[in-house]
Amino acid sequence: MRMTRQRMASCTGPLTREKVPLQRLILVWWAHPVDGNMADRRVLECHGLRRSFGKIAAVDGVGFHIDSGETYGLLGPNGAGKTTTISMIAGLLERDAGEVTVAGEPMTTRSVRAKSALGYVPQELAIYPDLSGRENLMFFARLYGMPTAQAKSRTDEALALTGLADRAGDQTKQYSGGMKRRLNIGIGLLHRPRLLILDEPTAGVDPQSRNAILQSVEGLSSAGMAVLYTTHYMEEAERLCDRVGIIDHGKLIAEGTRAELVSMVGEGDQVRLSATGNLAGAATDLAARPWVRKAEALDGSMDLVVENARSELPAILTDVAASGVTVRSVEVAEPDLEAVFLHLTGRALRD
Amino acid sequence: MRAAWLICLKDLKARLRDRSALLIGIVVPLGLAFIFNSIFSGISGGSNVISLGVVNADHGAASQQFTSQVLPAVSRSGLVSIHAEPTETRARALAAKGTLAAVIVIPAGFSARVQANRPASMQVIGNADAPVSTEIARSIAESYAADLNRIRLSVATVAGTTPLPPTRIQALAAQAAAASAPVTVTDVSAQTKELNQKSFFAAGMAVFFLFFTVQFGVTSLLEERNDGTLARLLAAPISRASILGGKLLTSFMLGAISMAVLVAATTLLFGARWGNPAGVTVLVVTAIMAATGIMALIATVARNAEQAANWQSVVAVVLGLIGGTFFPVSQAPGILSSITFVAPQAWFLRGLGDLRGGSVSAVWVPAMAMLAFAAVTGGMALLRLSRLAEM
Repeated sequence: MRMTRQRMASCTGPLTREKVPLQRLILVWWAHPVDGNMADRRVLECHGLRRSFGKIAAVDGVGFHIDSGETYGLLGPNGAGKTTTISMIAGLLERDAGEVTVAGEPMTTRSVRAKSALGYVPQELAIYPDLSGRENLMFFARLYGMPTAQAKSRTDEALALTGLADRAGDQTKQYSGGMKRRLNIGIGLLHRPRLLILDEPTAGVDPQSRNAILQSVEGLSSAGMAVLYTTHYMEEAERLCDRVGIIDHGKLIAEGTRAELVSMVGEGDQVRLSATGNLAGAATDLAARPWVRKAEALDGSMDLVVENARSELPAILTDVAASGVTVRSVEVAEPDLEAVFLHLTGRALRD
Repeated sequence: MRAAWLICLKDLKARLRDRSALLIGIVVPLGLAFIFNSIFSGISGGSNVISLGVVNADHGAASQQFTSQVLPAVSRSGLVSIHAEPTETRARALAAKGTLAAVIVIPAGFSARVQANRPASMQVIGNADAPVSTEIARSIAESYAADLNRIRLSVATVAGTTPLPPTRIQALAAQAAAASAPVTVTDVSAQTKELNQKSFFAAGMAVFFLFFTVQFGVTSLLEERNDGTLARLLAAPISRASILGGKLLTSFMLGAISMAVLVAATTLLFGARWGNPAGVTVLVVTAIMAATGIMALIATVARNAEQAANWQSVVAVVLGLIGGTFFPVSQAPGILSSITFVAPQAWFLRGLGDLRGGSVSAVWVPAMAMLAFAAVTGGMALLRLSRLAEM
């Protein structure tokens, strides 16, 4: 990751409205010098976070960390405690217990320095409808302490980054939903934070804008920004997140990479072979293999559960061929985070 | 402070752009002041100075005293201008045209009948479109008639049943007349000083709508919480005091802009007389502070922006009515004249009344009263506002 940032540092230059791939644009934009100690890769550290509302423990002992260049997904159903956790990390909400450190600075509701290193993109479209896109950006740039000239320059860059330069002077109430979402994110990036918190940024967004947002996040992560991402969409988490934390009833019940989580719950890859021949014999032979957990012959097909389908598929095909079976097609289904979530919580993510 | 100004400027820009603040802060009060002023000017004869015609067909001692002493004294009050007309016919025509609001006719032989202790009468001709002016003319005539009756009664009391020579009667009448001034128009006491009509409606509408105007600033904190932008402000590297300060500053600035425009516009367009600029400034500033404090306190007990706006409107209307912004409650009898001072609007209007012809020092009591409103309600609001600035 450090190499990526060094490579990008040589690409700095004036932004234009040419159609530059979004990821490259982000890399160029964010690869400016950043305030703070970049030698420290640990951007966010939180542990023991607790917060109750009356007798209800909304967050109960949550802790995790995010390093520079890492995207961390916080998954959980509605009411699981995601937003309360994020609010404490962003310094919006007092916590009952626990510690939060952002870029080495302790975060509280009054922490000015820690907040300077944090970009927050709330789930709601937190923009002012009676102001133009440019005025919204300028306001927040000035609020983050930038002098006027720098605020103008960053505003222009953010407008180019979000593809809103042509509509910069329009009041944002005239923007489409996707444009508002992009501006919402652009405001969070204005001051080039080390940690970006994105709270369900693609909720209610059309597929095209959604893809642009996901590309942006990928680009920011590649450029070295630490990203905390919450979503209801499992496929987004699988695409973007280096690590995932699953939160339910205020507790972090599992954490790790996708592979680690899948391994943790013991799910295997499912392989279905559409074939003719001695399927029962082939199934018996395959069941003897140590990496095959289950082999079952059906009418015209065979279902297998194996530990790693990608690596074992050649051996499977060799074995069934040796048993006199002719394979017409192969389907592989790997367990996803949805399955992990279901296994851990007993319900689907969007319940 | 820098962040508070940025938030204030952002809010002002948004408010001026959606035009609601302009409408409520300037256009509506200006329009209503104009309408009320036009309506009440029509009732009183179309002008603050009543044109009163006098036809003296008598030219005797009693009528001469009325035209040379009573009417000039009334004229010096500035409320009435006297126009001597040669004939009743001409005076009637002028009254019918509206040139004269009313006419007092003293018929021939009036003085002789008075001196002979026989029934005598003066005639008041009024313009139907100026009933108040007609009533004023009638009051002047009746007042003089009462004075004449008092003198006749004095002379009769001294004379008893004994016939007196005419010279003695004249001497006694002169003595009785000298005992009191003829009809006078005296300034009322300081406690019940009133603005003239144009100034009253200008000031009344301005301070009435001030309470609606300032609510935009504080209530926007609730709107920002609802829209999600408050979360973004709280995540920014600024203090919570800056956010609260910015909202209060917005209220104050909206109120100041509204009042400044209204003072200037009503002075130039309607001829309203607000008084000493320094005194007016003190009153306006303290009124804005009181209005901001009250509206902020209401916002802090509301659950959302819509509820806050509803409650604020109710309080603004009730205080406006009690405070005498539509009619001078301080002139009302009994408890009404006292209860009016539970409203800052009443202190504002009283301050402007006290300021008429006076110096800045005349407004300290009303100004301190409004500051007390601001301190109490604003202090309570600040304590509760900090809770509003939480997620």
